[in-house]
Amino acid sequence: MNELVATSSSLLTNEVGLHARPSVKLTKLAKTFASRIEVAASPDGPWVDAKSIVKVMAFKAAKGDTLHFRAAGPDAEQALLALRALVDEAFHEKSGESAGAADG
Amino acid sequence: MAELRLEGRPAAAGFAAGPLAPIAERSEAARIAGSPAEEQRRLRRAVAEALAELAALEARAEGDGADILAFQTAMLEDTELASPAFAAIAEGEAAEAAWSKALKAQIADYDASDNEHFKARASDIADIRDRVLARLGGGSLDTRLAAGSIVLARDLSPSRFLATDWSGGGAIALSAGSAHGHVATLARARGVPMIVGLGVDPAALPAGALALVDGERAALWVEPEPATRADFETRARRATQASRSAAGFRLKPATTQDGIRINVLINVASPAELDSLDPAACDGVGLVRTEFLFEGRRELPDEDAQLATYAKIVDWAAGRPVTIRTLDAGGDKPVAGLTLAGERNPFLGLRGVRLSLARPEVFRTQLRALCRAAALGPVEIMLPMIAVADELHASAALLDEEYAALRDAGIAARRPALGVMVETPAAAIAPELIDADFYSIGSNDLTQYVLAAARDSEAVAALYDPAHPAVLRLIAGVAAHGAARGRKVSLCGDAGGDPRLIARLLRAGLRALSVAPAAIGAVKQAIAACDLSAPP
Repeated sequence: MNELVATSSSLLTNEVGLHARPSVKLTKLAKTFASRIEVAASPDGPWVDAKSIVKVMAFKAAKGDTLHFRAAGPDAEQALLALRALVDEAFHEKSGESAGAADG
Repeated sequence: MAELRLEGRPAAAGFAAGPLAPIAERSEAARIAGSPAEEQRRLRRAVAEALAELAALEARAEGDGADILAFQTAMLEDTELASPAFAAIAEGEAAEAAWSKALKAQIADYDASDNEHFKARASDIADIRDRVLARLGGGSLDTRLAAGSIVLARDLSPSRFLATDWSGGGAIALSAGSAHGHVATLARARGVPMIVGLGVDPAALPAGALALVDGERAALWVEPEPATRADFETRARRATQASRSAAGFRLKPATTQDGIRINVLINVASPAELDSLDPAACDGVGLVRTEFLFEGRRELPDEDAQLATYAKIVDWAAGRPVTIRTLDAGGDKPVAGLTLAGERNPFLGLRGVRLSLARPEVFRTQLRALCRAAALGPVEIMLPMIAVADELHASAALLDEEYAALRDAGIAARRPALGVMVETPAAAIAPELIDADFYSIGSNDLTQYVLAAARDSEAVAALYDPAHPAVLRLIAGVAAHGAARGRKVSLCGDAGGDPRLIARLLRAGLRALSVAPAAIGAVKQAIAACDLSAPP
């Protein structure tokens, strides 16, 4: 990723981690930004495209893991703020919802 | 063809009759590849068509079904999913083989996960694979089945379930399958009868033949004789009438004709059962079977993971009591690596609390998680298979130690009440020797031990009678002991869910029954019909 890189990190607090429904939400949100956005489960990478659910799900990130974001582009700062808010707000999952049939 | 009767395991209750619709396994015949450009075009078109199908399904689905489809759509829209396939096509592979291989790697990756939520995604990826393969072959996964069809397959994918119109009836009969999978959950929520584990080759049965599915007996009949059919219809009609009249009792407190309030609690084998259940229908959870914690893994989850599971149940119960039974492995519930292998008589062997005391490291972890859950709500701990007081004392000592350790570490915890299951004749004959905080009668094991008739032996099934006077007399003795000492007594075996036995159990002195969630309505209805002031 070239210069003008913004970075941010957030702790995963929702019950079952970055599973199907949160991954859908995260990648959909990332796609609303023009910037190139990458995500990693460790500050040293590997970094993957945050707009690719195939790559994001492949982390199998669990509750308690930290997600690291970096972005470059015209709306990089806004993108990181929005993604960070989504993770910090536990993907807006209702408690108990997380083990529903879609995730179990 | 003569009548054929097959038996499996129940996954969703209910009755259905209809034409048999066997779904054959996909043939893996290799196609000769066209030019790479042509194969890439075919795959691109098949993916686009599959996405259109998913969009159409998503428009009709709601809740969990819609979430599953949204996930599948997002995966298939992601060009990363197909990129290894396009690379393989460029090397000369046919679209089908390239796509199958690319998705096989993804499926294997999810299947290898230790986390059940990620592991379960393997079936979604397989679903996506099959949908695109069907389009490559010019067909569709969503081929319309005749209304009310009895779908017979090896296994069924969630998208296929959601693509099927169940409004005209129908049922699912699987040769493999799982009663705990996504499709079973969807089927129960939708009221579609479902049987799994039939062990038959779907292609071997005649398409379009009349089939009957009895979700309660877990039986499938193909081309039934007129007598079978008549018997089936009577049973189905009776079940419909019974569930209609029982439904009216579900959400009301249970009271006998002479005004005695009976607590009706539920038995929970898996927290997923609670998702579609209104806690107002019960007075609490009388039995949580913790063996489900082992599902799909070799050892018990750690303390935090257990706590999260217990907390969910406590949260659902919203202030109602939750009785959690410590691990009841052994007997007919072997757990690899934990229970003894090769016991000659496992029902009389190292099972229940005996095993927990023999493996204190496993037991202590569970007790710690339970103490922490008890800080969140009215949790009680129940010990299975207690025969002598020493087993209770030893367990209580471990519980006190773990509670003290948590408290010293400043971790939120409470020391829960410690009760016992009464299922050995020793405990039932002399409950006064076992000074527990509460007693819950495990009528299944108690019956088999009192009558010396194994629960799982068809040959002695006639002897296995929970209403035998000897069993009822023991139940009455335990109820009397509880009443005299001011200790709660309940019953959590299958007998409590059998409406024909309710009057006898109440007359034996029981005032609390813990039953399967599906039986709540019928049990409350049977209680309402009892008049304990009248002579039997």
